[in-house]
Amino acid sequence: MALTVRIGKQYRNFTLDVEFSAGNGEILALLGASGSGKSTALQCVAGIRRPDWGRIELDGEVLFDSERHIDLPPRKRRVGYLFQQYALFPNMTVEQNIAASLGHLDRARRRARTAELVAMLRLEGTEKQLPRQLSGGQQQRTALARILASEPRVILLDEPLSALDSSLRWQLEQELRDVLERFGGPAVWVSHDLGEVCRSCGRVCVLEGGKSDPAVGIRELIERPGTAGAARISGCRNVVRACPETEPGLVRVPEWNVKLRTAGPWREGFSLLGVRAERVRPAEEGAENAFPCRVRRVMDDVSALAAALVPEGAAETAPSLWMELDRAEERALTEGMRLWVSVSPEDILLLKE
Amino acid sequence: MDWYPLVNSLRIAAISTGVVFFLGIFAAYYIAKAPRLVKGLLDVVLTLPLVLPPTVVGYLLLLALGPRRPAGAWMLEHFGVRLTMQWWSAVFATVVVTFPLMYRTARGAFESFDETLAQAGRTLGRSNTWIFWRVRMPVCRQGILAGTVLSFARALGEYGATSMIAGYTPGRTAAISTTVYQLWRTGQDALALRWVLVNLGISAAVLLAVNLLERKEAGKWR
Repeated sequence: MALTVRIGKQYRNFTLDVEFSAGNGEILALLGASGSGKSTALQCVAGIRRPDWGRIELDGEVLFDSERHIDLPPRKRRVGYLFQQYALFPNMTVEQNIAASLGHLDRARRRARTAELVAMLRLEGTEKQLPRQLSGGQQQRTALARILASEPRVILLDEPLSALDSSLRWQLEQELRDVLERFGGPAVWVSHDLGEVCRSCGRVCVLEGGKSDPAVGIRELIERPGTAGAARISGCRNVVRACPETEPGLVRVPEWNVKLRTAGPWREGFSLLGVRAERVRPAEEGAENAFPCRVRRVMDDVSALAAALVPEGAAETAPSLWMELDRAEERALTEGMRLWVSVSPEDILLLKE
Repeated sequence: MDWYPLVNSLRIAAISTGVVFFLGIFAAYYIAKAPRLVKGLLDVVLTLPLVLPPTVVGYLLLLALGPRRPAGAWMLEHFGVRLTMQWWSAVFATVVVTFPLMYRTARGAFESFDETLAQAGRTLGRSNTWIFWRVRMPVCRQGILAGTVLSFARALGEYGATSMIAGYTPGRTAAISTTVYQLWRTGQDALALRWVLVNLGISAAVLLAVNLLERKEAGKWR
């Protein structure tokens, strides 16, 4: 493993407690909602922020160790950090920005290396321009060239695409992946966007409320999320409290007053149940796991129809059950109508807190 | 017309601006990063000369630097240097009076500086000194330049504290401000008016220069 991180930091109302690692050529995602502590964790790795305890190791070198009082300053860590807004020096040209991280070379070698990076990132013609004169894509490439010039041992990306229009985003995402592939070292990609992570990263470490889950493969996260946080961030819209019935394979959702059959067994530590909106299907009365609902609201989404349902017998304050229907199978759904729906046992995710 | 007051005023203003430039930036840089309580406290102390009457500043300076006062007596005894009533004594006055101008404008500029730029510099292997001179100062240039020119203009116009600590000796400590007062007091109105016009000219030129510089700077990076 090239980068291993195990750190914690105590804030007044927030505790950061994360553990992850990334190997050579791997892009590890730190996925979490805003405020989950993912950027803070990244800043700790770069040395911009100091954790209270823990250990950070890179290529066998200890960057931080609270017990041994090791805390390398950021400039000695050789950690590349791609800032959300790139943080290009506004007073320097593209060339000067790149050369800024080549301070250790003599003038001739610096010039040669700058030219090399300019060519590698297709920045020819912009060498003498200031960052504000560049397009979003050129700015990102300049920032990447500057990072590569510093010869980092790991590249950290802090929500690299979140500030962009969706049309530009797709293109920059491809460019980013090309650069990371060529870099070949470990990379950590902080994001709150599952799609971005799904396309670019191999493994995912989900953060919720400052705490990290063990990293899992991206497909595994989507198909079998283990925790409520993982389920939510992977797009699962229905997450409710559940408790086991005495009969094995049967669980109850008290808020909805519904009993459901599950495919997997209930285990120690489970306390919630998740169902993806697209796996809630209209059903015949009396079918397996079927129960009657009332339609509270119908919404036209881009490519699907989303409906908020209230199971009959649900508590007043109960969360809605979301159902998503393809446009193709669109049927007459009107607000206030009664409808039977079901969820097949394999589609019920049993979750830990 | 004897041009000594002009030369003297310009050199006093130039020296004090040089001193205040570094002192102000130094104070602004460290105080901008200080904890809130320290910042609030130091801010009050350092800004005080801006609102105090210059005569109060002059009085306090004499209290420290006068020939029979601690610092003044010590200098006189060990180096034979009298700190008051020299042409350069006025520099003490102008430094104290103009310091808040430099400090406050520089601090404002430093506080609006995007700290991720400094963080980026550090992760790219650069020292804080490099970041300060190559990134922080150029990015904050406008505020710092404005503070410098304002300090210079204010130093040129300082009268109260200067007259107390340097006095008015024609050809030795006379500055434009003290000369105007002296000429008016002795009824040489025409000559006084001439110096008034000189002063107006310099001040207007300085302020015009700031405006031109600012217009050139505006939109340069953003």
